[in-house]
Amino acid sequence: MILLDPMDLALAALLVVASAALAWALRLGISRSLLIAGARMVIQLLLVGLVLKAVFDRAELAWIALISGVMLIVAGYEATARQKRPMAGLWSMGVGVGAMFVSAFTVTVLSLTVILGPSPWYTPQYAIPLLGMLLGNTMTGVALSLDRLTQTLWERRGMVEARLMLGHPWSEAVTDIRRDCMRAGMIPTLNAMAAAGIVSLPGMMTGQILAGTPPVEAVKYQILIMCLIMGATTAGTALAVQLACQRLVDGRERLRLDRLRSP
Amino acid sequence: MTGNRQLDVADLRVDGLGPIDLCLAEGECLVLSGPSGAGKSRLLRAIADLDAHEGRVSCQGTAAEDLSPSQWRRRVGMLAADSQWWRDRVAEHFDTPPTSGRLEALDLAPALLEGPVSRLSSGERQRFALLRLLANRPRVLLLDEPTANLDPDNVIRVEKLIADYTATGGAAVLWVSHDPLQTARVAHRQLYLEAGKLSQKPAPRPMQDRPS
Repeated sequence: MILLDPMDLALAALLVVASAALAWALRLGISRSLLIAGARMVIQLLLVGLVLKAVFDRAELAWIALISGVMLIVAGYEATARQKRPMAGLWSMGVGVGAMFVSAFTVTVLSLTVILGPSPWYTPQYAIPLLGMLLGNTMTGVALSLDRLTQTLWERRGMVEARLMLGHPWSEAVTDIRRDCMRAGMIPTLNAMAAAGIVSLPGMMTGQILAGTPPVEAVKYQILIMCLIMGATTAGTALAVQLACQRLVDGRERLRLDRLRSP
Repeated sequence: MTGNRQLDVADLRVDGLGPIDLCLAEGECLVLSGPSGAGKSRLLRAIADLDAHEGRVSCQGTAAEDLSPSQWRRRVGMLAADSQWWRDRVAEHFDTPPTSGRLEALDLAPALLEGPVSRLSSGERQRFALLRLLANRPRVLLLDEPTANLDPDNVIRVEKLIADYTATGGAAVLWVSHDPLQTARVAHRQLYLEAGKLSQKPAPRPMQDRPS
């Protein structure tokens, strides 16, 4: 395995700086966030390297639970941070965290206990990367579907309310919108699954191969992960859309866009 | 008394509006006017239970909260000022297609029903939206400027269809209109909404007293 020195990473970082420069030249208004995100990425990954080393040395359930909890909260925050009209108060993050907890955590625990079966089942070398990949992908699905949902309800409020005026039950009045939003959340994972191996060599598999694992073994792991990701993303997206829909309607089936924050 | 009362609104309050009290008798058409921004649409929306409100609203003696929201909105049907469509074809918006008599009454060609919504003019959309609402057989019609997009002939056709509907079924109408001539044609009674308060307006003179 070829070890990287800081100079190698600095060269790669120039690409991020160049992207920021281009974004600035094109007035995209995201140069600052791009640079901050790049800096965050470096610091977070360095820190997590240290944290993982400490956790792998100790392998205690309490520590692993704590780290998982932090990962979940951050995923919930990130999933809702860049939405145009998130739900007001803690609802947006709460829905994101709840949906991801049920989907990504369940799939992680099930795959650890039923499929992989390390001993103990929470062995951090397996649990943490697995949870990380599932949360990462579920986060994208939840973020896309919630953003789409709140945006579409805002833009199409007239249509939703016209259907309510005609006596359509709430669930019927939003059924098309709900479907579109779930689809929007699932498409990135679907694309990744369909293109895996041809268009893209998935990151985990590439990593394992770079680290010296035989390709066929790496591929088997990647297949497992892809299946888990698809399951978790579908469940997470469905749950997030359902919870958000319930929040944006009240007991008398009124559309409650006053529960959204304005941009 | 509730037997021949279609709509009772008591002490209705919705942000900045009210308290509003009004009642509509069987077959009655009440025209509501007032400056824009006075809350006419908000009042209709609150009666249709689309906005949170205080106070009591009932239809034929049954309070809104005793019915499911969709049952209530089928009995107390609201027609918004701009019509909304969510499927491609016009007919897909109807559970049961409108009768040829009704299509004819509003001068709508039956072929339009099978065509796409995008091919309808705004006036045709507005007239189809009225038929779509009437298909629920509402007991109370809440009409928010229902003829705003129509040419003069179609204004008269819509007025006549609504008058026929209320005369045969006993439904009551709460009609928001800015047009004094229309008000004179359709209103049995008028109310004026300004700064969140309702006030009386003199009743229109009966048809036969008017100079021709």
